[in-house]
Amino acid sequence: MRKVLALLVVLPCLAALVLLAAELPAFASPDNPANNEVIARYIEQGVEETGAINVVAEILVDYRAYDTLIETTVLFTALIAVLLALKGEKKEHA
Amino acid sequence: MPDLILREVTALLLPLIQMYGIYVILHGHISPGGGFAGGMILGVSMVLYLLVFGLDSCLRKVPHRMSSFLESAGTLWYGAIGLVGVMRGTSFLMNKGAGIPLGTPGRLFSSGLIIIITIGVGIKVASTMLSLFYTLIEED
Repeated sequence: MRKVLALLVVLPCLAALVLLAAELPAFASPDNPANNEVIARYIEQGVEETGAINVVAEILVDYRAYDTLIETTVLFTALIAVLLALKGEKKEHA
Repeated sequence: MPDLILREVTALLLPLIQMYGIYVILHGHISPGGGFAGGMILGVSMVLYLLVFGLDSCLRKVPHRMSSFLESAGTLWYGAIGLVGVMRGTSFLMNKGAGIPLGTPGRLFSSGLIIIITIGVGIKVASTMLSLFYTLIEED
């Protein structure tokens, strides 16, 4: 009975996901909505504006420097959380 | 019991691994890689040293307090570099717009803030890795 209920929930979700995937634009299609003026800017003016010839570094550390700053903070927070968990566990054992 | 083969092989490989990590960090603006990837390579080299030569020997090389300090300093470094733009009268983390010279694209010392931030991020990621492993090992 529970399996039937689970199937009744999962199958519609599966159908929805498949339909959604079918609507995606073809991979690398020129008229893909993601191919917009932002990407053109990165590719065409990136070297001139940042001085870096690695496009990933251009975007990561210059165009999206704010994002990377916060990413660094996320990494720091993740470490703190792990350390707190480990330290707490140590005290319980001792 | 310390394994002779393991120690000797590690002693040979460690400088090469660290050199590669530093290369990846410094060339982040020229070729694929950068602070996160290079920092991870550096961090792994220290973890290798820790596992092969033991905790005491590794603590002598890089004390736990020092790796924790570098981890915090790396993040603060990023924020501090961003203030350069503010002091120049423009946006936080602004690069070319703040009048910072970009140099010649493709040269090692180019791209303004990018290489400076990349180095900071690399050190931060490496020390994060090391701090984590110190805590895991010291628990025993």
